[in-house]
Amino acid sequence: MTELLATATATGLSWLLEPLSHEFMVRALVVSALVGGVCGLLSCYMTLKGWALMGDAVSHAVMPGVVVAYALGLPFSIGAFVFGVGSVALIGFVKQKSRVKEDTVIGLVFTGFFALGLVLVSKTRSNIDLTHILFGNVLGISIADIQQTLLISGIVVAILLVLRRDFMLFCFDPTHARSIGINTGLLHYLLLSVLSLAAVAGLQTVGIILVVAMLITPGATAYLLTDRFDRMTLLAILSSALSSVLGVYISYWTDSSTAGCIVLVQTVLFLLTFLLAPRYGILKVQRSLAP
Amino acid sequence: MDQCRSIPFGDRLRIEADQICVDYNGVVALYDASLHLRAGCICGLVGMNGSGKSTLFKALMGFVRPSRGTIQINGLSVPRAQRDQAVAYVPQSEEVDCSFPISVWEVVMMGRYGSMNLLRIPRESDRLAVWHALERVELLDLRHRPIGALSGGQRKRAFLARAIAQRASVLLLDEPFNGVDVRTEKLMAELFLQFRHEGHTILISTHDLSHVREFCDLVVLINKTVLAYGETAEVFTPENLAMTFGGMVPNVLSGGPTSTEDFK
Repeated sequence: MTELLATATATGLSWLLEPLSHEFMVRALVVSALVGGVCGLLSCYMTLKGWALMGDAVSHAVMPGVVVAYALGLPFSIGAFVFGVGSVALIGFVKQKSRVKEDTVIGLVFTGFFALGLVLVSKTRSNIDLTHILFGNVLGISIADIQQTLLISGIVVAILLVLRRDFMLFCFDPTHARSIGINTGLLHYLLLSVLSLAAVAGLQTVGIILVVAMLITPGATAYLLTDRFDRMTLLAILSSALSSVLGVYISYWTDSSTAGCIVLVQTVLFLLTFLLAPRYGILKVQRSLAP
Repeated sequence: MDQCRSIPFGDRLRIEADQICVDYNGVVALYDASLHLRAGCICGLVGMNGSGKSTLFKALMGFVRPSRGTIQINGLSVPRAQRDQAVAYVPQSEEVDCSFPISVWEVVMMGRYGSMNLLRIPRESDRLAVWHALERVELLDLRHRPIGALSGGQRKRAFLARAIAQRASVLLLDEPFNGVDVRTEKLMAELFLQFRHEGHTILISTHDLSHVREFCDLVVLINKTVLAYGETAEVFTPENLAMTFGGMVPNVLSGGPTSTEDFK
């Protein structure tokens, strides 16, 4: 029995330790845990504000920015940020100036930007790999890209920490925020800028297509687990970072898509919470209904 | 109905709105509306839906800028008054996301944000203000509850506590008696009288006329402009009400139920 246990422990340890002998795996684990944590923090505000579609839009809209930045030899995060914020501004402008409904405008603008990105990639003579942009390339991340990700994560976390009460109030009751003299317009665009930055960071690990999952799933999972905002942010960060690390490991051992594994683990965590959460899980409801 | 004059706040004006006009892209919502409210009074703002009640509230909170006319609160411009935390708005319960993961205590603490530093870290005085506000609305026992676990009336009291914690001198209440229980209604009535005594000015937007007759010293009848304004007994005439409600005088003078809102 003890022998069996020892073998199991040894297998488990080697499952955890062997990948760490590769430098690319260490990098991938660190970066995805970091990006996961940052996106997890932001995801609380996205889910509470109801900005899932906005997250999807911004992450797709950064595509042409990445291509242009590469073509000009700039850090790709600058291009991505400009186009991310630009798409948000354009959405706001079209919504204000036309009678078209907001979700239509969002869908319209981000697909337009994304299409522009696709055309630019096909017409730009460079070594951009489209699949890396679309699906991430955390296993092949360069030192320069890690530095960029670190910087972006630092900015996002700093803004969200300093203004976390203001953003919470902004999500909960913007009318009250305005009536006590808080500049809600500024908070609105600041949160969208932070969203653009986080999308750029997330793009590294899971790519444009799946980054929206990083920006909403952890928040949704945490939301089902607690009625406290601070606890929700902690849980979201934890579940997101854990999913990223676990996803990278699984992708290593099964030799499958890293982005896919990360997001799949997040989804499984959400489903488990959805079923089993102490107060808001559906099984709990059924149990309490039974006699 | 003359209590208002007997209180020591005399002629100090809290709200001075002079001939304000508000339009949204050319559509007039309010024209030539004037309103002067002293410190220490309870004023009912009565009008139909779309009569400009909420526009007047928005103008007083600085959300819309009048195209003409001026508004002063405590003798200051609206943005200055906002920074002084002079105006508190108590929303209708339905306007707020009640599944938000936040406790009653945290909601009331939001009333203090405007007086805190950038990081909004509560000091002892903030905690004390929140504690006292919760005590006054009788929610101290429920302070750790999530806001979603409260009844409609309790939630209303929580937002009232937030306004108390803010220490605003002007309170704007939107349909405060909608969907509240008897206990809350009684408590709010007592609190309003206390607020008046403390020199607050309370403006209650409602179309429930029976409550106006009960609580308000003053009434403003509004339909795109201020139709009549003054002591409740003088203003509540069948002619004025007919003007306000476009000919259909609600069954208020006899004291019966006045609107379908009561049955929500």
